[in-house]
Amino acid sequence: MKILVCISHVPDTTSKINFTDNNTKFDSNGVQFIIGPYDDYALARAIEIKEASGATVTVLNVGPADTEPTIRKALAIGADDAIRVNAEPTDSFFVASQIAEQAKAGGYDLILMGRESIDYNSGVVHGIVGEMLGMPSISPVMKLEIEGNTAKLAREIEGGKEFLEVNLPFVAGCQEPIAEWKIPNMRGIMSARTKPLKVVEPSAVDSGVKLQKFELPAPKGSVKMISPDNVGELVTLLKNEAKVL
Amino acid sequence: MNILVFVESAEGKIKKTSIEAVVYAHAMGGAVTAIALGSVESSELEALGKYGAKKVLHASDSKLDQGIIQAYASVLVSAMKDEQADTLILANSSLGTPVAARVAAKIGASLASNVVELPNTTSSGFVVKRSIYTGKAFAHVELKNAKKVLGLKKNAAKIKEVGAAISVTPYSTSLVDADFATKITSSEKATGEVLLPEANIVVSGGRGMKGPENWGMLEELAKTLHAATGCSKPVSDMNWRPHHEHVGQTGVKVAPQLYIAVGISGAIQHLAGVNSSKYIVVINKDPEAPFFKAADYGIVGDAFEIIPKLTEAIKASK
Ligand SMILES: Cc1cc2nc3c(=O)[nH]c(=O)nc-3n(C[C@H](O)[C@H](O)[C@H](O)COP(=O)(O)OP(=O)(O)OC[C@H]3O[C@@H](n4cnc5c(N)ncnc54)[C@H](O)[C@@H]3O)c2cc1C
Ligand SMILES: Nc1ncnc2c1ncn2[C@@H]1O[C@H](COP(=O)(O)O)[C@@H](O)[C@H]1O
Repeated sequence: MKILVCISHVPDTTSKINFTDNNTKFDSNGVQFIIGPYDDYALARAIEIKEASGATVTVLNVGPADTEPTIRKALAIGADDAIRVNAEPTDSFFVASQIAEQAKAGGYDLILMGRESIDYNSGVVHGIVGEMLGMPSISPVMKLEIEGNTAKLAREIEGGKEFLEVNLPFVAGCQEPIAEWKIPNMRGIMSARTKPLKVVEPSAVDSGVKLQKFELPAPKGSVKMISPDNVGELVTLLKNEAKVL
Repeated sequence: MNILVFVESAEGKIKKTSIEAVVYAHAMGGAVTAIALGSVESSELEALGKYGAKKVLHASDSKLDQGIIQAYASVLVSAMKDEQADTLILANSSLGTPVAARVAAKIGASLASNVVELPNTTSSGFVVKRSIYTGKAFAHVELKNAKKVLGLKKNAAKIKEVGAAISVTPYSTSLVDADFATKITSSEKATGEVLLPEANIVVSGGRGMKGPENWGMLEELAKTLHAATGCSKPVSDMNWRPHHEHVGQTGVKVAPQLYIAVGISGAIQHLAGVNSSKYIVVINKDPEAPFFKAADYGIVGDAFEIIPKLTEAIKASK
């Protein structure tokens, strides 16, 4: 079985977000980058499947050269090889088009992604790729078991979950508790250095969206503290000041 | 501009976020057609006229009672064609978001999800403001294609009545087997509860609640406020609460009028899921808990003493 895992390279979840160039560029100064947390679940599940029943796991990232440490980390966690499409991931449609092209060429049985990237949070790349490849797409997936040519999945819905069956190949956007995040060990880190990482150039895509500018939310006002002995005051404030009760 | 709005339902009722989508479409101007799939109460559908729909379509085929992503996308694409709609609007949700992606890819539309307010069409093109970096920032993006698909974040429009109820037009579908390549075999769903992503008020508990046996007091408070219950990640990791209640960066992103956090420290990953709340109340025994910095109102004290008192005070004020 061949599994493709698409990983985004995103600011660490504790990062402060800032912009430069008149609010048109992300300020990466002092920011640590990680594998997208949801993508990390997808990767962990792919490695589990590989360990249980044999599979090759390829990781794919659409990004410039500075995403390579993130890709190497995925190799250290246990992926066999990697592809980097050498381009800025400007928008979902562009990224999905590049992924679809690589996926077609590679002939994968299973394409795993995160439910959403934590920079753009669109939650759409898997759906677009599914449509482009004419495959089912399922997200957000919290459980995935493969039995021969079929998969059994659980998908989270508001207030619960639903259980599904689908034949391979398909695209899934993953989230916890599909697997536990894996931490690379020393051997993994050593072997990752020599695993193949193929760099390919993007194909031209006519994107329908164009970023104009970024904006930061207004800073929060200061907190009003209320004595634990006067809980009634909180109720009064919520009623008369905040007007939310 | 002809706009199609996909409205979602739960237990036969139209979701509040979908009503917001109809209101949003109406405020954009143009002719608004709403479409619902699967079983929905007809009075609910008729009422969509009040929120700005000029026409309501209902694809009541029982095969659509289950939210199959591909099948839903196919129906929406054909309805857009039939209604000559150039724009599709829907509420972001576990179903709406993946459906929007497939529709946009099918029809070659410009796509934006997590849109937070009405588009700006005055200056340069059709520009929407969307929430990014898990609520830590916004992006203004121009949607250049003639066809557009917009996924809305909760509160993108304020619900108000602008018209009267209208009659519902049945919509017949021509679905093919490939649309049902995924089969839903069963589901588990809380009934009669306020759904977390839709809730106006959320009562959320963290590890400070000590154990699942103590959730009774939070549920009592939630019931009094007609609120949904949420929790921090460790709480769902330890199975104290179901996974769909987990709020934060890797869980549900909520946007209620009021978020009450009890015994939650306020780690940045938790805050990422609540930063779209209008007001935040934090109850924590540690005055240094980082959550107080993100709060509007705070009480330093023991949750086990404060929560019952708060519930009583709210009951008394009603
Ligand atoms: C990549 C990544 C993603 C993550 N995503 C999420 C996410 O989506 N959501 C999330 O919640 N977390 C997430 N986390 C985890 C997060 O970093 C914190 O560990 C977690 O939010 C802490 O949960 P907590 O506040 O319940 O527990 P704690 O940090 O242990 O805090 C418990 C709090 O309860 C207070 N307390 C104790 N007893 C009482 C009492 N009797 N009365 C009142 N207060 C009391 C304590 O003072 C303390 O502040 C993520 C972490 C990572 C690395
Ligand atoms: N630049 C990228 N390279 C590879 N995969 C990506 C990239 N951006 C997003 N993805 C994948 O698509 C999923 C959904 O992303 P999004 O639609 O941006 O929220 C992510 O969780 C990743 O698995």
